[in-house]
Amino acid sequence: MAPQWPTTFTMTFDPNAIALSIGAGAAAGLVGCFAVMRRMTLAADAISHIALPGIGLAILLRVHPILGGVAALLGGTLLVWGIENRTRLATETIIGVVFSTALAVGSLITSGDELIAALFGGVGHLTSLEATLGLVLSLGVVVFVVWQRHRLVLALVSPEIAHTTGINVRRLNLFFLLVFALTIALGLRYLGVLLVGSLVIIPAATAKRLAQSLRGMLVISVAASIASTTLGTWLSLALHQAPGSMVVIVAAGFFLLSLLRRSSN
Amino acid sequence: MRSYAETGCPALEVVNLSVGFDRINILEGLSFEVAHGSALAIIGPNGAGKSVLAKALIGALPYAGTIQWEANTKIGYVPQKLDVERDLPITGSDFLRAKAAVVRASQADITNALRLVGLKIESVGKPIGALSGGQFQRLLVAAALIGHPTALLLDEPTAGVDEPGQDTLNETTERLRKERGLTILFISHDLSVVYQHATNVLCLSRGHTCFGAPKSILTPELLAELYGAPVAYHVHNDLRP
Repeated sequence: MAPQWPTTFTMTFDPNAIALSIGAGAAAGLVGCFAVMRRMTLAADAISHIALPGIGLAILLRVHPILGGVAALLGGTLLVWGIENRTRLATETIIGVVFSTALAVGSLITSGDELIAALFGGVGHLTSLEATLGLVLSLGVVVFVVWQRHRLVLALVSPEIAHTTGINVRRLNLFFLLVFALTIALGLRYLGVLLVGSLVIIPAATAKRLAQSLRGMLVISVAASIASTTLGTWLSLALHQAPGSMVVIVAAGFFLLSLLRRSSN
Repeated sequence: MRSYAETGCPALEVVNLSVGFDRINILEGLSFEVAHGSALAIIGPNGAGKSVLAKALIGALPYAGTIQWEANTKIGYVPQKLDVERDLPITGSDFLRAKAAVVRASQADITNALRLVGLKIESVGKPIGALSGGQFQRLLVAAALIGHPTALLLDEPTAGVDEPGQDTLNETTERLRKERGLTILFISHDLSVVYQHATNVLCLSRGHTCFGAPKSILTPELLAELYGAPVAYHVHNDLRP
């Protein structure tokens, strides 16, 4: 039987979905910290749209849609990185061109309910294999960020200082972009193309407002991200709403609370 | 400490170096050598290519020609004033720990570097965007000292530092040069500091390059040619011949 992209969101408690939402939340919280500090907030939204033509093509070819999305994200990331290294165009310009093209192509080859599901997400029923694969990828992303955090900090403050310590800054940037794309892929089915960037950016933006150190930012961001995915899922079950929208609304709620906390200081 | 004469090769040899952007050469045909344990001051007006030279020397910019550091050289680099977001939640400690982790240095190295630049441990607990200009520059110099560098490349390291702080940093680098045999390359607009601390001076200006001891380079005629206007600097009485 051909794999299906869920066209309705789940209405029942699914332990696999909860486990994956925690894993993806932790990964997004960590990657988001460096994405926000590197001022990649708009890039996060744009890159996620690159998944759309991959999802559409996978549905046409009767392959699992997530595989198509992941392939498109990784390919798109390599394309952006390659153009960036061969031209003197700003990264935002390249991402803008690639993302618009991807959205145009994606909307042509994806249609109807599948397009809505791809844009706004929905869990459907996750198989154990899907959940396991998602958790393994989440763990990989978490390990990468924790392992490379010192190199990422040096490259963030000064690429030249990083270079003198033997760090290959170009390669580090590529790996970060690929991990970033994988993180987007992790939340794709759950939140959809339009909303997945928010899970990477909003908890990290909340943490940036509250934290006074790197460790503080990483901890707050992961906590806010996991709280958003789990609370958002619970609310979606309770209120019979799409989980993607609820997760983003909860994350945005935490961000608004962080604004209050800062102004009370 | 091995001297230039003993090793037979300089700490740094630059031959026919050219660096450019968009087919316009910022530096062209530049050649010079820096001896072990010496201090080279790089001077010149704004836009002459001093920072471009520094970035080429660390390999962060593509170039034509030869840049040959002696084998096993470890460079401690202090970039020109960095633009850091004020609300970036990375503390001075986070930054120093990151440098120490990457170059496999110990906590004792961090403490020692802070002591050398006169920074208190409490100061580096603040986010780097909240540090004063002087504290941040000292932090950058401290980071450069972590990992036992054999050469320091400092791009206006005392910019934004108050006068006592400038003296501390200049004296620290001078002491490290003398005691540990570090090779120092520094970019400076302060000709008094150049006169006081440099073994040799490399001056860069569009269409004009000169290299030599401060006494032979820092003449009113050469400086006027370099900067396009008369330049004054103060030489302490105890340094006068």
